[in-house]
Amino acid sequence: MRNLLNVLVIVLSAALGLVLIGVILESPSPARVRLSEEVLMQIGASGVTHPVTAVLLNFRGYDTLLEVMVLLLALLGVLAQMGKQKRENPPAGFYLTEPRMQVLLWLARVLVPLMVLVAGYLLWAGGHQPGGAFQAGAVLAAAGVLLNLSGLLPSWMEPAWNLRAGLVSGLLVFLLIAAAVMTTASPGLLLQYPPASAGMLILLVETGLTLSLGLILAGLFLFLSGDAIDEEADK
Amino acid sequence: MSGALIYACAGAVLFVFGVTGLILLPHLLRKILAFNIMGSGVFLVLVGLGQRDGTPDPVPQAMVLTGIVVAVAATALALALVRRLLSLTGKIQFPEEPEGSGRCWKNK
Repeated sequence: MRNLLNVLVIVLSAALGLVLIGVILESPSPARVRLSEEVLMQIGASGVTHPVTAVLLNFRGYDTLLEVMVLLLALLGVLAQMGKQKRENPPAGFYLTEPRMQVLLWLARVLVPLMVLVAGYLLWAGGHQPGGAFQAGAVLAAAGVLLNLSGLLPSWMEPAWNLRAGLVSGLLVFLLIAAAVMTTASPGLLLQYPPASAGMLILLVETGLTLSLGLILAGLFLFLSGDAIDEEADK
Repeated sequence: MSGALIYACAGAVLFVFGVTGLILLPHLLRKILAFNIMGSGVFLVLVGLGQRDGTPDPVPQAMVLTGIVVAVAATALALALVRRLLSLTGKIQFPEEPEGSGRCWKNK
């Protein structure tokens, strides 16, 4: 019975795949709505010269705003699932004195400043070439994970006020700028940057987002990594 | 058949693999991985279809960029839930449906 069901699922999935491929191959190129041309026509008013950044932070800025909220919600979910008990700092320090760990330590200490530098460059480059807040935030988060895995940065427990401020700073900056633009430059319209100052506003939003996304993505790892299952299961 | 359509078709294949894995694999970690493969397939379809007439379309690319970050966050949340399930039940599987419960379709 079980095997029969498995075979049925596989056959149905294969049929679904064939239908999908057929639809993809048959679908006509859209003749009337050409979003890429629309974007390229309006890009002068967006304040940046890279079309993806223009879409992400200007033309569809509210998508990005909501996305940051989704990320914060996911982090809140992770925090809610954590065990509540306080533990001593994970036993990171004791094995670091071994000679074989020196390469890892040295590499982490060299790589992390470079990663911060790369994140800053990616943030700046987003205006005119591939890059931007998400990539920069991901690099920052990777630096945090590297520090944690090599034992230089202890896992996070209950977030203190400064960490909480960092986690929401991107969203707050975004909301403040959205509110300021809505009240002054273009009343009643969400995230309609005036073309003259759009580039500066986007850079400001992206800076806040980079910091905050880096902390959120790193937090998704660092909050979980300090939460020992075995001890919790023993109690 | 242009190169971009090959990406879209590969995305469709990945999506189907993911769906199959999500249904068939009982281990929750594998379900999460299958879910991620499914998501990658969707991203490939979006990007591939977006550039089928030669020029990359920035709108689906921005959507996919957003989607990747959300997928990472959703994966982390799923992992946190799985760890919680592990610490509560000691298993990384959904609890078996007891025989003869009302939700089983055979009994209706």
